[in-house]
Amino acid sequence: MRFKSLILGAALAALALPAAAQELTAITGGKILTGTSVIENGTVVIQNGRVVAVGVMAPPATARIIDATGKVVSPGFVAVDSGLGASEISSVGGSDDLRNSANSISASFDVSYGLDPWSFTLPVARLGGITRAVVVPAHPGGGGGGHAHDDSDFAGISDGFQSPSLFAGQAAIIHLAQGNDILVKPRVAMVAPFGEAGAGVAGGARGAEFVQFKETLAEVRLYARNKAAYDRAGLRDLSLSRADLEALIPVANGEMPLIVTVRRAADIQQVLRLAREEGVKIILDGVEEGWLVADQIAAANVPVLLNPISNLPGNLETRAARMENAAALQAAGVVIAIKGNEGSIHRARETRYNAGNAVSHGLPYAAAIEAITVNPAKIFGMAGQVGELRAGAAADVVVWSGDPLEPLSIAEHIWINGQEQAPTSRQFLLRDRYKDGGEGAMPPAYTR
Amino acid sequence: MRRSAPRGLSLAALACTALLAACATTGQDSPPSADGSSSEDDAKILPTGLDYAANPDPYPSTYRGLPRENFAIVGGTVYDGAGRRFENGVVIVTDGKVASVGDASTAVPAGYRTVNAEGRYVTPGVIDVHSHLGVYPSPGVTGMSDGNEATSPNTAQVWAEHSLWPQDPGFNTARAGGVTTLQILPGSANLFGGRGVTVRNIPSVTMQGMKMPGAPYGLKMACGENPSRVYGGRNQSPATGMGNMAGYRAAFIAARDYKDKWDKWRETGEGTPPTRNLQNETLAGVLDGTILIQNHCYRADEMAMMIDLSKEFGYRITAFHHAIEAYKLAPQLAREGICADMWTGWWGFKMEALDAVEANAALVDAPEGSCAVIHSDDAELTQRLNQEAAAAVAAGRRIGMNIPEEHAISWITLNPARSLGIADQTGSLEAGKRADVVIWSASPFSVYARADQVFIDGGLAFDRMNPAYQPVSDFELGQPGFGLSAANVPQGAR
Repeated sequence: MRFKSLILGAALAALALPAAAQELTAITGGKILTGTSVIENGTVVIQNGRVVAVGVMAPPATARIIDATGKVVSPGFVAVDSGLGASEISSVGGSDDLRNSANSISASFDVSYGLDPWSFTLPVARLGGITRAVVVPAHPGGGGGGHAHDDSDFAGISDGFQSPSLFAGQAAIIHLAQGNDILVKPRVAMVAPFGEAGAGVAGGARGAEFVQFKETLAEVRLYARNKAAYDRAGLRDLSLSRADLEALIPVANGEMPLIVTVRRAADIQQVLRLAREEGVKIILDGVEEGWLVADQIAAANVPVLLNPISNLPGNLETRAARMENAAALQAAGVVIAIKGNEGSIHRARETRYNAGNAVSHGLPYAAAIEAITVNPAKIFGMAGQVGELRAGAAADVVVWSGDPLEPLSIAEHIWINGQEQAPTSRQFLLRDRYKDGGEGAMPPAYTR
Repeated sequence: MRRSAPRGLSLAALACTALLAACATTGQDSPPSADGSSSEDDAKILPTGLDYAANPDPYPSTYRGLPRENFAIVGGTVYDGAGRRFENGVVIVTDGKVASVGDASTAVPAGYRTVNAEGRYVTPGVIDVHSHLGVYPSPGVTGMSDGNEATSPNTAQVWAEHSLWPQDPGFNTARAGGVTTLQILPGSANLFGGRGVTVRNIPSVTMQGMKMPGAPYGLKMACGENPSRVYGGRNQSPATGMGNMAGYRAAFIAARDYKDKWDKWRETGEGTPPTRNLQNETLAGVLDGTILIQNHCYRADEMAMMIDLSKEFGYRITAFHHAIEAYKLAPQLAREGICADMWTGWWGFKMEALDAVEANAALVDAPEGSCAVIHSDDAELTQRLNQEAAAAVAAGRRIGMNIPEEHAISWITLNPARSLGIADQTGSLEAGKRADVVIWSASPFSVYARADQVFIDGGLAFDRMNPAYQPVSDFELGQPGFGLSAANVPQGAR
């Protein structure tokens, strides 16, 4: 009987969620951070999964009212350079679908097939205000900032991974709503490590990588022009598999952005020149020494994904790393997005603290909010659709107990696509099981 | 002291080992042995280096405080680390020590410099009990990774201080985050990773110049996945959790045997003296209580096992580090008097880190007699232990716990001092303790708070507004970006 009622409950919940998303809801009285502006004592109205109105107004008479007086209302945050939904336990290989070592599947590697809407990482990130994520394949030198600690070295994760190719694969955009499908858009960008990591792939030297990169693009273009010849084996041997060549065509055409992980100022200059020469659209990632060449990055109109707390030389290509990097790049006019920590999976929820630390090191507060909302949306082609409280955007809304960049603040209500998300996680279940000491007459296992 | 304190090693010398401060800072030589057995001892002098007791402190601290003056910090909100809060508080520092702490009525002695902390917050210096600065330094490149002697499951004979590179720029960034004292530990590949060392966070050319006088050594032990993975992967023991336990037990049996042989020889002077063995010497220090156990241990079931192990061999566990599941054993840990050193936000990087909860520190802190500590294990996180504590406070408050900031500050000050056996010297702003003080620009539980000034033993070690007090290590000199400013902030602030 118990089993049956559980199934029934689950069925009801599944039915209930879309209905809830239809509900006309008004969040009133809060300080609204729209992503681009601040509205004191404002109202956010959502319905049918979308934001209907934002401003200082009386709520619709029929709306369910959420009183956010004294609270802060923000768009859900957009995690970039993330692994959410594609890795459960970093050290357990079988649960990690971000790492791929096949020689014949590099650029064509598509993370969207490995996404798990039931991942227990998603509710944890959601409670940190993350409602969307750009999920990228693991790449050498990647990891979204955060120093590799002793224990992740031992877990065989973090900087140790080397992909077999110049290209790590293709990223996908997800939402973090409860349900059975989190994919928003697959194949939104290609990932390629440069600098030390990229050079390592090419044979050890940066000079080899740049040449190999140009040669690869030449092959992709040759292939794109001569597919028929390729199919009847009438084309010279190419270094990549057919699948990889196909995947790179939009990159070579300048349609699909290439996320380039690069850290050293000298490498950043080289990558900017390479992109210009090859007509490739790039997004810089990492960019610890970016402040040294901020004007050049701004002039190239290239956006940057960065972790503002990366201020130590983890290796010799980040010797100029500074806490003020984010502020300096933003001041130069670069569009920046702020990352979470350690690959932005389990520690994606720390994205907001990273933004706060950028503020305490010179980044204007408004720019920090932009860097976790509208900027990542813009960088990944979703401007106005997510990461912003404006009419027509997806209703990804978070009500915070206070300033969302403060660790003392918590997310009290979360909507994604207009669905209110249960404020719980596996961690909360564990917490509640033991919060009274766990020494009762019955073992904790009887509590749920 | 336990019953088995070696007789030939005088009580005074033991006291000196445990409290080097008294010996090193007063410059007094150890007095002749207190039990009048000096003539007996003279008869038993071993060749240099073969008797631990002849030189129990072979790599002595040469720490000297920075130049200091007597001063008073006035006008700020003071969290003393021991639970007290003073609005418009006064902290009086005399000769590098806290002289008094109180409210605005506290008199400032004549001639004292006054530091105005109006609108700011004053706390004890932050203490990080789990750091690998200097042994896993930045840059973490070939030739610089000296933190894990992963060559044998028992390397109790190695000392982290012998790997410590004082030029690690991470010491400077940690200090800018308010960190005044750190325990530098070896890594966790081995069941016994080696001795940790507690250092004062001042720039120095040598390890000895940072080494904290009088701080007891710690011995790093590791439970769980790391040792069994590292050695199991080499097809040797331990390959499992039970192999881990067998390894600890065999080591303590050998150490007890070693210790008893020395004790007997010192007592009777009969027969050939035992041959000195550094591995057993460290473990014997654990057995006689002079070396503190710093036990990397994630899971509750493994912590319970380690507690039983400690009772089987008659030693005490001072702290569990990376204690992800400490909240499952919070009442027991408090009863046993064991500190739990924790993160707030880290989880999921391996199976034993699966059951992390953000409220861990808050839940561990709740029982009477508890010792909740926030630690880093990381060169970046160590710069923001205050924020890591804040996230734990929020997680506790979320379930209705009452956690005042003036209490929670103890998680990164007084409790870590307890976890290192140095709470008599630092960790709180109480009369007689070292004047390790941070003046924060805002509440340290705010993400926007910056450490404006950091004092170590009353000497100004860092000043966010004054480049003259923003040290750069030798490594940092002349590197890319050196001397330039990012967003109008010069190099020294990194």
